[in-house]
Amino acid sequence: MFLGTLVAPLFGGLMLALVANTRLAFGINVATGVATFGFSLALALGILEKGALNPVGGWFFLDAYNVFLIVLTTFVGMTTAIFSGPYMRHEIERGRMDAQRMRLYHSMFQLFLFGMLLGFTTDNIGVLWVSLELATLATVLLVSLYRTPASIAAAWKYFILCGMGIALALFGTVMVFFTASNVLGHGNEALSWTRLLQHASELDPAVMMIAFCFLMVGYGTKVGLAPMHAWLPDAHGEGPTPVSAVLSGLLLNLALYALVRLKMLVDGATASETAGHIMMAFGLLSLIVAAFSLHKQRDIKRMFSFSSIEHMGLMTFAFGIGTQLASFAALLHMTVHSLVKSGIFFTVGHAAQAMGTQKMAEIRGLIRHHPGIGWGLLIGTAAIAGFPPFGVFTSEFLLFTATIDAHAWTCVPLLLGLLIAMAGLFRFVQPMVYGETAAQAVPVRVNMLPVYVHLALALVLGLSIPSFLSGWYEQAAALIVTTSVEGL
Amino acid sequence: MSMSLVQQLVDGLAALMLLVSFALLAQHRLLSVLHWFAAQGVLLAVTATIVAYGTGNHELYISAVMTFLLKGLLLPWLLWHVIKRLHVHREVEPLVNLTLTMLIALGITLFSFHIIQPIEKISESLTSDSMAIATACVLLGMLMMITRRKAITQVIGFLAVENSLFFAAIGSTNGMPLVVEIGIAFDVLIAALIFGLFFFQIRTTFDSLEVDAMHAALQDREDEA
Amino acid sequence: MSGTSLFLQIAQAVVLVLFAPIAAGVVSTAKARLQNRRGAGVLQPWRNLIKLFGKQVVLAENASWIFRFAPYVVFTATIMAASCVPPLLVHTPLSLTADVIALVALLALARFFLALAGMDIGTAFGGMGASREMTFSALAEPAMLMSVFVLSIGAQSTNLTTMISHTLNTPIVLQPSLAFALVAMLMVAVAENGRIPVDNPTTHLELTMIHEAMILEYSGRHLALMEWAAMIKLTLFATLIIDLFLPWGISIDASLAGVAMGLVAWLLKLIGFLLGLSLVETYLAKLRLFEVPEFLSTAFVIAFLGLLTHYMLEIGT
Repeated sequence: MFLGTLVAPLFGGLMLALVANTRLAFGINVATGVATFGFSLALALGILEKGALNPVGGWFFLDAYNVFLIVLTTFVGMTTAIFSGPYMRHEIERGRMDAQRMRLYHSMFQLFLFGMLLGFTTDNIGVLWVSLELATLATVLLVSLYRTPASIAAAWKYFILCGMGIALALFGTVMVFFTASNVLGHGNEALSWTRLLQHASELDPAVMMIAFCFLMVGYGTKVGLAPMHAWLPDAHGEGPTPVSAVLSGLLLNLALYALVRLKMLVDGATASETAGHIMMAFGLLSLIVAAFSLHKQRDIKRMFSFSSIEHMGLMTFAFGIGTQLASFAALLHMTVHSLVKSGIFFTVGHAAQAMGTQKMAEIRGLIRHHPGIGWGLLIGTAAIAGFPPFGVFTSEFLLFTATIDAHAWTCVPLLLGLLIAMAGLFRFVQPMVYGETAAQAVPVRVNMLPVYVHLALALVLGLSIPSFLSGWYEQAAALIVTTSVEGL
Repeated sequence: MSMSLVQQLVDGLAALMLLVSFALLAQHRLLSVLHWFAAQGVLLAVTATIVAYGTGNHELYISAVMTFLLKGLLLPWLLWHVIKRLHVHREVEPLVNLTLTMLIALGITLFSFHIIQPIEKISESLTSDSMAIATACVLLGMLMMITRRKAITQVIGFLAVENSLFFAAIGSTNGMPLVVEIGIAFDVLIAALIFGLFFFQIRTTFDSLEVDAMHAALQDREDEA
Repeated sequence: MSGTSLFLQIAQAVVLVLFAPIAAGVVSTAKARLQNRRGAGVLQPWRNLIKLFGKQVVLAENASWIFRFAPYVVFTATIMAASCVPPLLVHTPLSLTADVIALVALLALARFFLALAGMDIGTAFGGMGASREMTFSALAEPAMLMSVFVLSIGAQSTNLTTMISHTLNTPIVLQPSLAFALVAMLMVAVAENGRIPVDNPTTHLELTMIHEAMILEYSGRHLALMEWAAMIKLTLFATLIIDLFLPWGISIDASLAGVAMGLVAWLLKLIGFLLGLSLVETYLAKLRLFEVPEFLSTAFVIAFLGLLTHYMLEIGT
């Protein structure tokens, strides 16, 4: 099961590089997505029953925490693959893409998923870095896919900034290895996350703290935390919509996952909450910066990418608090954010195609001429802004409860940031959905199914979390917390 | 070779590494930047060989050969090729003047020495002293990335950062496990290839390799949006 | 403290001062040979000096007392500086005063009067030379002090004698910081003595000269003193570098054999240094004037790196 999860996207990616026929490639892409999702689901059930697993000679590691992210990743990957078919066909009709680049697109898309899954499953923090870099490189090519000046510039910025960030993260990893090699020897052991966790208290706290600073800034750049977020809006805004969806919904998650995994080690070593506090500070700053920046946007995809920064900030903050409840909230938030945000990007992609522009000022009256898109956008925005009964509301509510328990005063900036962001979202979405249309709307083949599925899932999570799922979250949250507390 | 001699040699190489990092920042001409970059690659390979000899870690010989081929020969050659093919202007064109850059660089070096101090004290590793220098080199490479106007110098800065990281890995920890190192080398190679691809795309789209032109494109996009 | 050691103290300063013109002759002859000329022989600077001492002094009308006074101050300060730097013997009665900072200060005093004298006449060249000299020395002095500090941290003293003894007593290990300090020191020495690539001592091409521009108005014995001081400074720097970085061979006690050994070692090392200098001068072109500050700041940066690497790599291990 496990190998299937990993091999399917890699195999799919390689095969797609050879398939010239766009229609066939689309089919293979979807099939690969479905297969990967199937494998991961089976894998997850296995983990739920039997507990953590160390397949393939200890090179990989699966526990409740990452297996849930794997399922999330494969699921969003699958729906994105389904969505991208009609979307990309329309792009070809508009002349923004050609068959050659479609091949690159499909192949890189699967390669990106492979990088993601490798990153989630590996036990080796060095390999984790390598896979994150792999996923980044794949998406760099995806962002520049349209070959317009702006998209090339955005990809360059993304490449350089993330290259810089990821180099810092590597340096942090080297430092961890540096101190770990004194304890665990010079082999792969000293990079194995499970082994490191067992020996966390023996690692040198000073070195681990410095290493964490590097890792925080490094992986934080990838998470899109302020003030290292400059690449994110450009990359989201200029890339093809399916890419924006997976960037927002998935890649940021992987970076945050890496950060949380390493935070566990640092907590174990330093026996203090300093690392958590650093994460909280970065998270809060991102939330507020993003909330204000959101108001200044004119491009719809850029606007929603700032919303992603806001939510990643929120999750970072929650993981920083580090209590069981906060971690639970963060995990839930990660799930619903991935679902809703990728759903929104699907909708936005269709909206942009329908109006022939990404400028919000020119998108008007969606609900009249494209009711499906209009409703999708409206409901999606309501969901992401944290309206009940959607899952985002639940997770944010839980987060607030946790915050009041731990650091009550931070509730004020937190709430403020969320309100400002919500105001910004609706300020823009309202006219786009209801506004008077003078418009030259183009009929588009709309595939709203993935959107509705995503939103429905988010709704279900908001109304009542299925018991197996909440059990899963609890297990994962407990994992994050107990390991942190053990060292205290 | 005695252990302490190895230690001395690695220290000496660390000092050279720092010198090269400064030299990279101080150059006026693009081609001399490239030469120093190649020198850095060779320096890394030599360091890896010496550490491999000193620790008896045979995996490191592989890394040394890989480094020499990739960073000492292939990447500089690729960049040289790009410069020739694209007729890149030969001056470096820094954003901040060189003297100020050097002062900032000194400050950065001092800073990294300061933060690494606690690490130095606890380490028992053969060559741990070079950690501070590696940190400084990483930050200096980043300084190069942010103070240069041309895409190509930014890339050299990026690769210099990568080199310094590698130096940190071999100099301070006697080498990461081979799997990880191969993974990293592979990533760097792909990154370099993508960079190369980008150069041509940027060149055809913007008619220059100046980063300013790209910023302007994004700015326009934002303004019109 | 015996009479002999006092005598030796004075003697070695005298040796240095008297040998200085020959050293300058060695450089110019070596350069001539490298350029396929015969050259005027190593004694030519001496002949020049003797000739100049015999000549009448011609003063400009508006020369003040500073102009007449300056050659003596410059010469005296340089000789005092030279007596700080021991070429042959480490422990001398006056070794307590042989402090590197004092040395730099004495040289600065000489330079100050040199610049004053350059400006005193009020000609364009004198003022120009003085301004350039001061600009460059403002950059060269920190670099020099910085590179000296690298060594003095190890010896925990800025006293030359202590530093030399420390270097002699420590086992030979690879010290990158010393290499940095040496390179910086060499660069500073080149700049301070107005050699290529910073300044050309043989040219009177007005646009580029620095040192020559300041002494353009001097004649007779004044000129002789100024030139001699410049030659002493060259030898002094060479000896200083030899003392700091390659002291082996210098005599520790005041025995005759030891001093003789010291003399031979010093001469060999000095001549080696001078030949190296003439090689450099032959192969390098002069820098453009506005590149000189960059040259000197590079020296400073290198010296600073030496200091940092000393802290990082050598202390505590």
